Amino acid sequence: MTLNRDSFVAIFLLLVCGGLMVASFEIREPDYGQLSPATWPRVIVGVIAALSFIYLVQSLRQGPDVPRDGAPKGLSEFFAYWRNVIWCFLLFGGYLLAIPFLGMLVGGVLFVFGLLTALGGIRNWLLHGAIALISVGGMWLVFTFALEVILPRGAWTGV
Amino acid sequence: MIWDNVMLAFAEVGNLQTLALMIVGVGVGLLAGSIPGFTIAMAVVLTLPFTFSMPPAQGLATMISVLVGGLSGGLMSGILTGIPGTPSSVATTFDGFPMARKGEPGFALGLGVWSSFCGGMISAVMLVLFAPQLARVGLEFQPWDFFMLVIFALTVTASLAGENLIKGLIAGALGLLVRTVGEDDAVGVGRFDFGSDYLLSGFDFIAVLIGLFAFSQLLSDVRDPDAAKRALTDKGDVKIRIEHGRAIRELIKHWVVVVRSSLIGIFTGILPGAGGSIANILAYDQAKKASKDPDSFGTGNPEGIIAPESSNNAVEGGALTPLISLGIPGDVTAAIMLGALLIHDIVPGPTFIQEEPVLVYSIFIAFFCANFIMLGMQSAMLRVFVLVTKIRMYMLAAVILGFASIGVFALNNSADDLQTLFWFGLLGFAMRQFGFPLAPMILGVVLGDIAELNLSRALAIDPTLADSLFRPWAVFFTIVAVFSAVFPWYQAKRGTGAAWTRFYAPAMLASVALPLSMMDGAFRPILAAGALALAVFLGWRALKARPA
Repeated sequence: MTLNRDSFVAIFLLLVCGGLMVASFEIREPDYGQLSPATWPRVIVGVIAALSFIYLVQSLRQGPDVPRDGAPKGLSEFFAYWRNVIWCFLLFGGYLLAIPFLGMLVGGVLFVFGLLTALGGIRNWLLHGAIALISVGGMWLVFTFALEVILPRGAWTGV
Repeated sequence: MIWDNVMLAFAEVGNLQTLALMIVGVGVGLLAGSIPGFTIAMAVVLTLPFTFSMPPAQGLATMISVLVGGLSGGLMSGILTGIPGTPSSVATTFDGFPMARKGEPGFALGLGVWSSFCGGMISAVMLVLFAPQLARVGLEFQPWDFFMLVIFALTVTASLAGENLIKGLIAGALGLLVRTVGEDDAVGVGRFDFGSDYLLSGFDFIAVLIGLFAFSQLLSDVRDPDAAKRALTDKGDVKIRIEHGRAIRELIKHWVVVVRSSLIGIFTGILPGAGGSIANILAYDQAKKASKDPDSFGTGNPEGIIAPESSNNAVEGGALTPLISLGIPGDVTAAIMLGALLIHDIVPGPTFIQEEPVLVYSIFIAFFCANFIMLGMQSAMLRVFVLVTKIRMYMLAAVILGFASIGVFALNNSADDLQTLFWFGLLGFAMRQFGFPLAPMILGVVLGDIAELNLSRALAIDPTLADSLFRPWAVFFTIVAVFSAVFPWYQAKRGTGAAWTRFYAPAMLASVALPLSMMDGAFRPILAAGALALAVFLGWRALKARPA
């Protein structure tokens, strides 16, 4: 019996279901209402657990993973393969953390510029800067003045 | 009374501001649909934040325009580059691209544009005719029937994942689970909040949808560094005149293909979860089977363009029908429309047409108008399409991520929604990588509250569910849900000699005949008798047939 990619996902889902089932007993039970607030979540978690178990059995019957062409092997290949995705998440995470300090306008321009440069290379930095400024600046203007949405201002930048 | 409402709806949709927004919407949709990797659902969901401050009719008209434009946009890249802009135009490339390469791109585009228009108009007429009838049927539904309808919708959507049925079902259940996080709507008790204020307030479901669908799609589009830096085409300036007159004459010649394909599209649209990506292949396949010259398919046969383009544009009228009449979306884009309605505190259901007639007629009118606008704008957008295809994918992805973040913040003026976008983008991307379909999860997220509310109501009316379980509609949806769950196995085993597959259709017909025979009136029991007779006939034929 060899574990494959799907087996790990199924085991992970079963663990999550176990955790959520335990957590569902923390839900306060009011003494009114026909359907307890914990019942529906428990039903869903139970269904996911049952389906995950079937998924686990199915995955174990499949046998080991067949290596795909071009799939990363070592850690360095893994990072090279997922480089762009990791950049997207890191920069977006950084952008979320920076919003309170830089505001949505400056933070957004820097985020888009950073992402363009990370994905497309530093050579076109001027073009990337212009795209970031025009696109985020334009959106900021539309939301602030046309749709009258108050976008977050930065503590450091004031805009 | 009806005319008063229609006139009021015309005033809502026909004003200059709304028409201008619709023109922009169709243009955006045409472009989004024409760019491979950018789905129509992504375009519609990203339009949603712009519509918050609009009146409901105007916001929905804008979203419908994006949708109609998107459905037609895929044909441009499919015909000119051989790369379908959206999954709903995959079959269009089979004959569209060869025809364009033979030196007739203008004729191919003309056929595509006019077929799209005809499909859209036929489905709009069907929407107007069928939605009120279906709503009348929906008035018979009790809460337990609605609950089972949601379960059926999730099951059938998951079953469309084919061999990944279990993954589809897990995705649907995960969607339901997402909606349980935070305060319970009925009694205000916190669930799965783990002491966090962010979790206690629950996830805004539009942020969830944008994260799951748009964010994760963009990440998939830029995963390959080389592909991300490439433009869609390196074509120079394309000077093509769409041959409208010749295309119309060809369409009149093949009107049967147009009508049949549109009906396939409408039916596929009504089925929850099944959309244009299935309809266009089905219609193409049917056109090929019915053609006098099937061998010419794949070499530039006009019917090979007419069939998929009529069907994929007809899908949305079908998908909007159960949304307007029952509150159950027929596909992902209709689910996003439902989200837009819920934001304005409008909950569609069987009484929706009676309670919000002006809004419903506005949707109908917008659907018609959007098709006319699409027809007028295709030629103009062709030039813009050529420009857009020169942009690198990573540039589009970065800019759209920036747009999405501002739009999501504007949902509730809350930075929490940006966190939701981030986490669900990560989840959606992981699910894509592990082969989990996202459509059932989206439907689960959208229908989660409706399912719990109706379960709660059903238990309040009938605490043991002893009567509810055997109500005709509940039995009907249970039977159809079971058969749709078995469908992937049936599809896989059909033709392999498995004896049971020969009895699948007769068994389903005989089973649905039972609840139909229990229903009021004369029509449905007669329908039940017909279904039973057909089941007996098919069963008899299956018994007589030798195993393959």
